[in-house]
Amino acid sequence: MEEKPTAGPVLRESATFPPRVVAEVHRAADEGVYEIRGFGAKRRLPTFDDLVLLGASISRYPLEGYRERCDTDVTIGTRFAKRPVHLKIPVTIAGMSYGSLGTRAKGALGQAATMLGTSTTTGDGGMTDEERAASKTLVYQVLPSRYGMSPDDLRRADAIEVVVGQGAKPGGGGMLLGQKVSERVAAMRDLPVGVDQRSASRHPDWTGPDDLQIKIEELREVTDWQKPVYVKVGATRVKYDVMLAVKAGADAVVVDGMQGGTAATQDVFIENVGIPTLPAVRLAVEALQELDMHRKVQLIVSGGIRSGADVAKALALGADAVSIGVAALLALGCNRAEHVADYRALGTAPGYCHHCHTGRCPVGVATTDPALEQRLDVDVAARRVRNFVSTMVLETTTLARACGKSHVRNLEPEDLAALTVEAAAMARVPLAGTDWIPGWGKSG
Amino acid sequence: MPPAPAAEEFDLATVAIRDLNAALHAVPHGTNRRHFRVTNPRGAHSIAVGLTEPVQVDVMGPTGYYCAGMNKNATIEIHGHAGPGVAENIMSGVVRVRGNASQYAAASGRGGLVIIEGDAATRCGISMKGVDIVVGGSVGAMSAFLAQRGTLVVLGDAGENLGDSLYEARIFVRGKVASLGGDCVAKEMRANHLAKLDRLLKAAGFDADPGSFTRYGSARKLYHFHADQADHY
Ligand code: SF4
Repeated sequence: MEEKPTAGPVLRESATFPPRVVAEVHRAADEGVYEIRGFGAKRRLPTFDDLVLLGASISRYPLEGYRERCDTDVTIGTRFAKRPVHLKIPVTIAGMSYGSLGTRAKGALGQAATMLGTSTTTGDGGMTDEERAASKTLVYQVLPSRYGMSPDDLRRADAIEVVVGQGAKPGGGGMLLGQKVSERVAAMRDLPVGVDQRSASRHPDWTGPDDLQIKIEELREVTDWQKPVYVKVGATRVKYDVMLAVKAGADAVVVDGMQGGTAATQDVFIENVGIPTLPAVRLAVEALQELDMHRKVQLIVSGGIRSGADVAKALALGADAVSIGVAALLALGCNRAEHVADYRALGTAPGYCHHCHTGRCPVGVATTDPALEQRLDVDVAARRVRNFVSTMVLETTTLARACGKSHVRNLEPEDLAALTVEAAAMARVPLAGTDWIPGWGKSG
Repeated sequence: MPPAPAAEEFDLATVAIRDLNAALHAVPHGTNRRHFRVTNPRGAHSIAVGLTEPVQVDVMGPTGYYCAGMNKNATIEIHGHAGPGVAENIMSGVVRVRGNASQYAAASGRGGLVIIEGDAATRCGISMKGVDIVVGGSVGAMSAFLAQRGTLVVLGDAGENLGDSLYEARIFVRGKVASLGGDCVAKEMRANHLAKLDRLLKAAGFDADPGSFTRYGSARKLYHFHADQADHY
């Protein structure tokens, strides 16, 4: 006789302790250490998706898509540097270290940036010859750890970026787990091979804005005032930080929102520290405007930028350029459905991977393992990044033309409306269909 | 042999720092212009930074921040006290401070020799990566914090948390140590350490018995995370 199906037990999930939290409690109980991972914030956050652009109609003229020009170039470092950086597009490649990424991934990013007429950036581990050779315009980061820091590299860079913090971990130091500290990485960082590298969250030779000003002057003296000096901050108290960076003499300020990526950081840090990119842009622009420095000190915004729509909205809010990290890695091949068994071995799957910290990157991007690195074809990967960023730029100009702009920098807050009350308050643009900006009464 | 040319002088009462550094950077490779004197420094910042040639620079008085920063090959002597970050990120060459040095002396230095004849303040040798530092007096708290490579020699005493989160740098102290930082421990002094210390003391011009020093180094317990060491993180 056939058995009658019986109703199973009714499973009731706890809102406070859902299965994901239960699993994390068990993991911490077993291991006694916080979770460290790569990628960026995974929680839902207010984003540029919560804004829309107001295309032209009768009150504004759009530009014709295939006939009328919409320019995209940007110059960074016009304040003090003798040799500002001229970029063809307002999308740059963010700092990612050799060590967190392999030589081939760094080389591919450099090649792509060169094809695109934009810049790429070193990271917390110094400059490699391969990266310098591949990149026409290379920004050299000066970080708290000072790994591989060399005046020769300062001199051969095109711009200098003093990194105070990054969006994934404002206030946190660097981290590279032992499995990624290969012989070459260790030699470049003056560390023993295979140690879990812990590095400082504060610079070793300055504290506070007055010191920073003197530090920037020293960097300029060493490089004979040739190169633009950027200051990068993780988005927290953005208004103060941007003002202090400007006061300290920055040519450009990079503001990295909490969606910004990382190769290895505590999950608790990634998900809980900092503010999203959306309000960070507006706060940074306000700081520059208050100092009458908007467009004189360039603003580069990063943290979760994925598309031309994001670029257009960031520029409309007042940024001069954006920087991409995770999106560039995805374009390289990160999270592609190749070598699926290797994702599985890491306990993940294509589309979900955040395992850069392991050094076992299935697609050869976030690894220095020679065998895994071979999986990345540099030319193919560079072309993919070139294609992706070109698409972003095409999308940006499409949207800018629709708003009647002959240069993407002419996009303005007036071209935006918000879809949520939160986004309206954060971006300080009116809620769509109203003239209401929460906290500010009526717009205009 | 023709006599060495007299020292070229830069009087910072009338010459801007920019012009001084530009002139020092413009010294041609292999030149016989080898000796420079900087007078009236009066605490100015960034004096003689980013040099690359094996020249001698005498700074005749107290300096501000970052004097001799990122030095390569040059010998720079400060005839007075040095402000914060003297010889920061030094790559090679020699920097000598005739007086005391403020905080962060030789921070993140990757090579060369830094001699401080007086005392050094807090964080001397912080993040050092290969530089040798010899301090005639005492060093302040948090000295050799996160020190990775190189040697710190202290003829006097050391302040609190010496060598905190140390990697592979070596520390030799002759006097008292207020306290050791996380993962820093006293270690046995072997023949090779005595020889190295002797060489460094001689190079720095100090007459001291290497046997009277104690060696400190990393216990290497923080090299790989272990739950039982969590208090140190
Ligand atoms: S695929 Fe590679 S680069 Fe992408 S998240 Fe995984 S480990 Fe990191």
